[in-house]
This record gives sequence, C-alpha cells and structure tokens, in this order.
Amino acid sequence: MNKTLLLAKHELLITIRRRAFIILTIAFPLLALLGLLTAQTIPNMVKPSTEIEQIGYIDEVGIFNESISQGNLSLVSFSTEEDAKNALIDKDIIEYFIIPSDYISTGLIQRYSLKNEVEPKGTTQTIIRDFLLSNLLKGNNADVIERAKSPMNIASITLTGTGEIAPQQGGFAAIIIPYIFSILLMIAIFTASGYLLQGLGEEKENRVMEILLSSVSPGQLLAGKIIGLGVAGLVQVIVWLVSANFLMRMASASFSNIIGVLNVPPLLLIFGVIYFILGYLFMAVIMAGVGSISPTAREGQQMSALFTIPVVIPIYFMALIMEHPESALVKVITFIPITAPITVIMRLGFSEIPVWELAVSILILMLSIVGFFVLAVKLFRTYLLMYGKRPNLNEIIRSFRNA
Amino acid sequence: MFSVEVNHILKAYGNRAVVNDLSFDINPGEIFGLIGPNGAGKTTTIRMIMDIIKPDSGEIKIMGKKLTGASKNEIGYLPEERGLYKKLSIIESIIYFASLKGMDTRTSVERGEKLLKRAEMLPHKNKKIEELSRGMGQIIQVIVTIIHDPKLIILDEPFAGLDPVNTQLLKDFIREFRSEGKSVIMSTHRMNDIEELSDRILMINKGRMVLYGDLTSIKSKYRSNSVFVEYEGELGDIAGVIEKRMHNKTVELMLDEKTTPQILLGNLVKKGVAVSRFELSTPSLNEIFIKVVGDGHE
Repeated sequence: MNKTLLLAKHELLITIRRRAFIILTIAFPLLALLGLLTAQTIPNMVKPSTEIEQIGYIDEVGIFNESISQGNLSLVSFSTEEDAKNALIDKDIIEYFIIPSDYISTGLIQRYSLKNEVEPKGTTQTIIRDFLLSNLLKGNNADVIERAKSPMNIASITLTGTGEIAPQQGGFAAIIIPYIFSILLMIAIFTASGYLLQGLGEEKENRVMEILLSSVSPGQLLAGKIIGLGVAGLVQVIVWLVSANFLMRMASASFSNIIGVLNVPPLLLIFGVIYFILGYLFMAVIMAGVGSISPTAREGQQMSALFTIPVVIPIYFMALIMEHPESALVKVITFIPITAPITVIMRLGFSEIPVWELAVSILILMLSIVGFFVLAVKLFRTYLLMYGKRPNLNEIIRSFRNA
Repeated sequence: MFSVEVNHILKAYGNRAVVNDLSFDINPGEIFGLIGPNGAGKTTTIRMIMDIIKPDSGEIKIMGKKLTGASKNEIGYLPEERGLYKKLSIIESIIYFASLKGMDTRTSVERGEKLLKRAEMLPHKNKKIEELSRGMGQIIQVIVTIIHDPKLIILDEPFAGLDPVNTQLLKDFIREFRSEGKSVIMSTHRMNDIEELSDRILMINKGRMVLYGDLTSIKSKYRSNSVFVEYEGELGDIAGVIEKRMHNKTVELMLDEKTTPQILLGNLVKKGVAVSRFELSTPSLNEIFIKVVGDGHE
C-alpha cells in the first residue's frame, strides 16, 4: 500500500478509537434525541385536570347573556359582585370578572382572582375573549362569529424571480437549519484539525517523528495525517447529517404547528459535505503549519486560536447574511478561505448563491489549500526537529526565503 | 559500490557551521564508528544521511543513488531521541512501523516474534508500550529498527540506557549484521564501544573531520614509541630507553627515536632480564582523541 495511505489508515484507526471522538460523535444526535423525547413526553405528563372550573362574571351592560364553556372551563353569571366575591372565597369559582356599563366604549373589564400572576392563563384569556365576541356579534351567522374569533391564518409562499414557487420557503425552519448546520460544520472542522495539531505535538513530544521520517517524506507524513483525520471527521459529519435528517423528521411530526416542516434542502447536504472537506483541509494545512513551529501540543493549541477565531466570524454576521446576502461584505467573506465554509452554508440556507460566487469561493479555497500545504511542508521540514524552542517571526520568514 | 557516500556536506544554523565539509564512505559488511564529543555534529550528519534535514551544500548517496522512498526501505534508523506510540501494543508497533517500510503483516509478525523471542520479550508482545520499562522500550525500538531486514543500519547512541544484558544482546546483533554483509553506522561519544566493535571510524569535532580510516592503522599511527614490560630481576639502565614509567607491576619504557621495540627486546635479553610480558603500547581512542583535538576541545 502507498505509504501516505498507510499513515492515513493508522491515523484514522487511532482517532476513531479515541474515547473523546466517539463521545463527541454520538453526543449531538443523542442530546437532540433526548431533547425531542423530553419535549414530547412533558405535555403528556402534565395531565389536564378533568374537574370543571368555573369563572364568574357580572354583566353590567346587559347584553352578555349567552354563557359558554371551553375545555374544562365554564362561565357562570352572577347578578351582584357580592355574590361573586362570596363564591370566590368559598372556592366555588376560581375567579370572576365584571363587565362595567361603559365597557362598549372603553373595552375594559375588571378581573378578580385569589392568585398572584403575571398575566391570566392562556385558556382563561381565550374563553373570556370568545365569550365577549360571541355576545358582541350575536345575531350574525355562526360561521362568521367563528371566523371573527380567529380571523388570520397566514400561509406565506416565497416565489422565485420567474414567478414559480421557490424550492426553499422561509420561516423558522429556514433559519434554524443553516444555523445548526454551520455550528456542526464548525465543530467538525475544529475537532478534526484539532486532532491533527495535537497529533503533531504528541509525535514531537514522544519522538516518534524521527522514526516516521526514516520511512516516509515530510510531505507524505503530513498528507497521510491530514487525509486520515479528515476521513475520521467526515465519518463524524455523516453520522451527524444522517441523524439530523432523521431527528428533523421526528421533530416535524411532533411540532409542525410550532416550527413548521423542517426539511433539509438536498443542496445544503451536498454543499455541507463539500465545504466540510474543503474547510477541514484548509484548517488542517494551517494547523500543520502551526504544529510544525510549536514545540509542544499545548503551545500549538494556544497559537491555533489565532486561526480558529476567524472561522467563527460569519456567525456574527448572520443577520447581515440573512437580510442582505448580496452586500459586498457578505461577498468578501464568501471568498476569504477561512470564513467561506460557514458563510456559504448559511447563505445556502437563507437564499440562493449565484453559481459564479460558489465557483470562485471553491476555487480560492482549493488554491489556498495547495499553497498552504506546500508552505506547511517547508515549515515542517525546517522546524520539526527543533524540540523545545519556538522560532520567532523573523526566523520563520527567513526560513521561507531559504526553503 | 559504497553503502553510503558522503561528499563535502555542509550544514549551518545561522552563522554557525554544525557540519563543515565532511566526506566519507561506508562499505558493505563493515561497522563504521562515528565518534566525537557531544555537539560535534554526529546527529546532524546522520539526519542528513536520512534526508530528514537537507545539507546546505554537498551530496549524499545511499547504495549509489540519492535517497528515495524506495531506498528508505533499505535503511534501519535508530534515532538518538527514542519514541514509540504509547497506546499501541508491542506487536502493533512492530507491524505498523514495518508496514511503513513496505513489509506485509504476516512477515513482520513472523520476524517480530523471532526477534522478541531472542530478547526474551515474546510473552509481553501484547503489552502496551506505556507499560514497559525504559530498557524494554529501548529493545523494542531496536527491533522496530531492524524488523525489515535493512541493508544499512544507522544507530545513534545505541547503548544509552541499556543494561549490561541488553547491551550484550545489541552487540551480538551488530556483529551478526556485519557477518550478513550489512553496513552499520554507529554513532556515539562512548569511545570504548566503538573500539570494541568498529572496523573503521570517522572522528569529528565541531563539525570537522579529525580522523578517518581503518581503526587498526589509526591506532598504530598514534602509537607512542613505548613498550609495556613485566620482568623479574634488575632492570638497570638500558640503551635506547629515555624514560621509565611505573604502573603497578608493569613498567612502561619510553624509547628514543632510533630504538624500535625489536632492538629493545634484544637489549633486554642481552642484559639477562627475565621478561614475563612484553607488549607494544597502543593508545585508546580516547587518548588519541585528546591528543589530536588537544587544546581545541572544550
């Protein structure tokens, strides 16, 4: 077998046997599943009481004579406030309200209850509102009264520039999916490239490096590590994507009324994988360079923060990316290799990206991967055997010139 | 064809030349000693041979060619800085490093078990590296170095950290390599190991060649003109002897320029001294080193 592939296989096997890797890979789907199950069970656990509760009212206007019941609540009429108050104290009713004689002009009602609360319960508000509406609209067609109680159910449909129904519709789903995807992508990139950095540091510390180099070239060594860890990261991403798809179907089935139908656009899946690979490779070659000049794994980690922070930048521009995808700043961060993966994933989720922008972004990423790989190998060759000493910037620049 | 051909290599870090214009050749079937004090440039020279670092100028050929991926498979290298993956077992380490030298798993297990058996470590083969003692780890490192039956074996400070039993085991290995026609480069600052094993040596100091060639002829070249003698009776004055140095029961007789040990022996016999030991004094490598480098050595 080719030596690069042997190294890659070794790295892959070592990584997927790491406890931390296994835990991280299954933690996300597991946590999401747990969350979903909890969300599904909690409403069932709080059993609605079957006891009918009564709310009293005093009608001073004289038109609210049609009492109603909703769920386990029903309204009872009292002729005087004194009677209602006694009933409340005796716990025959849970609360009462007065519709004052000037209600028609003010819309104000007075509610009396024994409880301290921020605002009346939803069910209480609904029954009172519906009761008022039914009585105010008395004499109208029953269907019209029903409509007046819920006059507006919006169904929004996004159209494309040519007037057809767009494949991606807005809504909660449109925000949450790109957001979750970009976070997952970021974690996957950081995990895999972090392992690379750690691996390089460890091999320097445990001195395996020199033995490896007696069998393979520095280029083969770095390429093998990058490929092996990349495949491990890809396994992680695929596990996440597959389970995300499954979990989202589950969530859509249970909570479609709240969040709408969550479905992952296929384009997002495809580019999710493409940008994971490119984003990972870019971070990996950067980390290889960082790992080459830092004498220990710990120092490497500290230095790598310089490069991991910019990856997160697009998350801060989320609002801008969502509302002004065509702005110059968004274009720029689509093209800068270090911010491109997250930006593109978010843009794909919110709207469409012109094909040329995608092509340019991918091309720039690929070219920088090759360029930085060559640099990383040079740095690696120069500094890998300098145990315990970190070169300063001048030395690094000089070594580029000499290499 | 030489196993290794080094022509005028030079390596500088900053303004300091770590290796300065070194040239030497290594023949098949010989043990070649690379000696010098700490910091002389031995490890840098070896790393250049291994193409781990590149010389600033000069040229190195292995088996007549520049080092390639394929010819790396012909070399076994034991670096001065030892290292193995702590989490792997002995046999997993052997298989992995052998695979990087182009060996298949079956052959490497077979050979690995044979070598482990010789080192009396076969029962530990599934132990993780982190569970081993330092000396055991060293021996595993040696086995990993020679697992692929290399034609050229480079050992950087091979005896450091080994106990006497394992030192003997390694010396036996090294002699076997020679008898199998392999070349061994042994780098150390411990001159007596080199003296015991080497056929030819290169002595360097501060990156420069100090001595190079056949160990026996180097020793005879640096022989001081003196003889160790043990005797019975009275020595008295002897013609050609300029100084007598007493070492316990032995006396060292320093001869003048015209007197050879042969003439001295004749003189002793003529005087009727009963000689029980008569030995030409040969200097140790250590003494030669001090003599050659002299005040230049820090």
